Amino acid sequence: MTQTPLKRIAIDPLSRVEGHGKVTLLLDDHDRVVQARLHIVEFRGFEKFIEGRPYWEVPVMVERLCGICPVSHHLAAAKAMDMIVGSQVTPTAMKIRRLMHYGQILQSHALHFFYLASPDLLFGFASEPAKRNIVGLAAHHPEIARKGVLIRKYGQEVIRATAGKRIHGTGAIPGGVNKSLSADERAALLKDIYAIIGWSREAVELVKHLFETHREQYREFAHFTAPAMCLVAPSGALDLYEGGLRARLSDGTTLFDHADYTRYWELIGEDVKPWSYMKFPFFKALGDAEHGWYRVGPLARVTLCDFIPTPLAERERKEFLAFDDGRASRATLGYHWARMIEMLHAAETIKELLHDDDIVGQNLLASGERRTRGVGVIEAPRGTLIHHYRVDENDLVIRANLIVSTTHNNQAMNEAILAVARQYLDGQQITEGLLNHVEVAIRAFDPCLSCATHALGRMPLVVEILGADGTAHDRVMRDMRGVCRRDAMKASQP
Amino acid sequence: MANDDTFLLDGVAVPFNTGQTILQAAHAAGRYIPHLCWHPDYKPHGSCKLCTVKIDGRLASACTTPATPGLRVENRTPELDEQRRTLLQMLFVEGNHFCPSCEKSGQCLLQATAYELGMMGPHFDHFYPNRPVDASHPDVLLDFNRCILCSLCEQASARDGKFVFVMGGRGMRGRKVIINSATGRLADTDFSLTDHAASICPVGVILKKRVGFIVPYGQRKYDRAPVSVADTQGDEP
Repeated sequence: MTQTPLKRIAIDPLSRVEGHGKVTLLLDDHDRVVQARLHIVEFRGFEKFIEGRPYWEVPVMVERLCGICPVSHHLAAAKAMDMIVGSQVTPTAMKIRRLMHYGQILQSHALHFFYLASPDLLFGFASEPAKRNIVGLAAHHPEIARKGVLIRKYGQEVIRATAGKRIHGTGAIPGGVNKSLSADERAALLKDIYAIIGWSREAVELVKHLFETHREQYREFAHFTAPAMCLVAPSGALDLYEGGLRARLSDGTTLFDHADYTRYWELIGEDVKPWSYMKFPFFKALGDAEHGWYRVGPLARVTLCDFIPTPLAERERKEFLAFDDGRASRATLGYHWARMIEMLHAAETIKELLHDDDIVGQNLLASGERRTRGVGVIEAPRGTLIHHYRVDENDLVIRANLIVSTTHNNQAMNEAILAVARQYLDGQQITEGLLNHVEVAIRAFDPCLSCATHALGRMPLVVEILGADGTAHDRVMRDMRGVCRRDAMKASQP
Repeated sequence: MANDDTFLLDGVAVPFNTGQTILQAAHAAGRYIPHLCWHPDYKPHGSCKLCTVKIDGRLASACTTPATPGLRVENRTPELDEQRRTLLQMLFVEGNHFCPSCEKSGQCLLQATAYELGMMGPHFDHFYPNRPVDASHPDVLLDFNRCILCSLCEQASARDGKFVFVMGGRGMRGRKVIINSATGRLADTDFSLTDHAASICPVGVILKKRVGFIVPYGQRKYDRAPVSVADTQGDEP
C-alpha cells in the first residue's frame, strides 16, 4: 500500500444528535477532502441479549433502544410478534397502534425540527454557538419555540393515552394492544388537535419560507443523488404503519414495488466495515454496499408515495415537489420540509382516528396459528425500520436482526458529509462554524444515532487536523456550553 | 378465640389472638409491616428479614415472633427502614432485576416494597449472576434471574403434593431453587398452571406464559395502591 500525504480531521463526538458518533475527513496535500466517514463508536448489542428471552417481552425490551422514538421499536417488534402468534389484529388494536405511531411521528418530528435542527436554519449554520440551540430559539423566536414544544407535548400525550406512558409504554402486545382509549382520553385529545394541525401548517410554511429565502444554498447544501426506499399502502398512498416496500433509483426507475417486507432479505443485504459498528445495508439488485446504498426517511417517503391521504399534507406535498423545479425535493435539507409535511399529515391522521369509534372498542387481542418467524416493518420518524425474530417452540427468541432507520441512511449520511466537506472545508482553517456545517448535514437525516449505535451520550466536540504522519496541526475543542477553544495536541491514531 | 389482648405497634394498640405472630396480628388489623417471604397462607420462616421490628428495644422478625400482651413494637422508624433499604439493595444486586422489561413490574412485591421504602439505587455492585431461564413447560416460564429465595414456591408445591420446587445449594452464590425432576426441567414434572405454586411467586420467576404486559399501566396491582395500602386491604402479597 502506498503512503499518500493525507491529513485527517476528526469531529468527535457529534453534537445535537443523540448517541455517540464521530466524523473523520481525509485531506490531500492541497487540503482537498478525499474521504468522509461517519463512525459509530458505541455498541450495545440488543440483537444478542434479546436471545433467550420470551417473545412477549421483546416489544417492551427493544423500545429501550431509544428515548426519542421508542414507539417505533415497540410497534415494529409487536408487528413481528403478531406474526409469531398468527394474529390478524382487530380494528381497535390496529387503530390504537396507528394512533400511537402517528403521535410518535408528531412528537419526534417536532423534536427533530424545533429543538435540534431549526437553530441552524433560523440563526445560520455558522452563527454564534451560544445562541444556536433551543434556549436561543426560545429567546429570539419565542412563538416558534413555544409551538414546537406544545406540538411535541401533544404527541407525547397521544402516546401516553395509547401506550400508558409518554416514554417506554407497554400498549402494543403480541396480537394486539392492552388498552383502548377511554372517553375522557379521547375528549382530551380532541380538544387540542385542531390547534396542533394549525401549528403544523405554520411549521410547513416556516420551512417553505426558509427555502424561498435561501434557495441557492439549500439547493446545493450536502447535495448527492441516491436511490430511496419506503413503505407505501397498496393504493400507493403514504402509510407509515403498514404496506409494501417501494424502491426507486434517483432517475425514477422502480427497483421494486409493493414488495412483501416479510422477505426483506431477498431485496436488502447488509455489509460491515471495520471502522463503524453500524452496518451498511444495500439493494441486492444493485450489487454490493459500494453500489447499492440508498436513503430512507421523510424525503424518501414524501417523494416516493403517489399521494398523501390527508388533504392539507397532500396539498403541501404537491407544492414541495414543484418548488424550484423539483430541486427542493432532491436536496438534503429537503428532509426538513418533507418532515414538516409528515408532521402535518400525522396531525391530520390523529384527528381522523380520534373521530373513529373503533378507538374506544374493547376487542383488543387476536391470535391464530403459531409461527416461528416474525418480521415487523414500520416507517419510523427517520425511516424504514425492520425487526426480524425467530422464536423456538418454547417461546424463546433464538435470533434477532434489527435494521434501523439510521442504518439504512448510513452511506447516504457519509455522502452528505463528503459533499459538505468539499463545499465548505476544502483548504480552510477549521472553525466551529465550518464544523457545524457537517453536523447540519447529519441532522437533516437524523438527530438520533442511538438506535443505530445503541448509545447514549453528551456531546462535547473535538476536531483535530493531523498530518499524514500523525503530527497534530490544529485542534479545536467545544465544551458542553458551546464554548470553543484552540490548543495544541499530541498525535493520535486514526 | 377471644380478642382481648393488644400490643403497641408504633404507639397504636393492635389486638391479637393467642398464637398469632406480630405480623399476622398487624396484617389482620390493617397495619403494614414490610415483608417479602411471608404469606398469610403459609408458615413463616423469617428468611428475608424485611419484617424485622424492634420489640422492647430488641430486633426480631415480626413474622416469627408471637404477639404477647403489652409489647411495645417499633416498625416504621427511620432506623429500621434504613436497614430494610439495605436488605432490599442486597437482594436487587444478588439477582438480575431489570424492572423496565420485566412483565411483573407493577405487580412485583420486591419492586413495590423498594418504592415503599424509598430505595433510590442499588448502592452495591451488581453480582450479575448467570441464572437459567426454564421455558420447557408449555404453560409456565421460570426466570430464575429474579429469584429472591423466599421459598414460597417450595411450600406451595408441597401443599399441592407435588414437591416441584426444592431449596438447594449452599452459600450466598450457591443457594437456589431446584426443579425436582431427573432432568431438572419443569417440563419433566407434573407441575400445572392450576397449582398453588403457579401463582405464589411474589416476584417475576414463575410466570404464566404468553400473557406478559396484558395489564396496562395504571391498572397493575401497585399502580392502584402502594404496597402499604394494598397489603392491608386484604390483597394477597
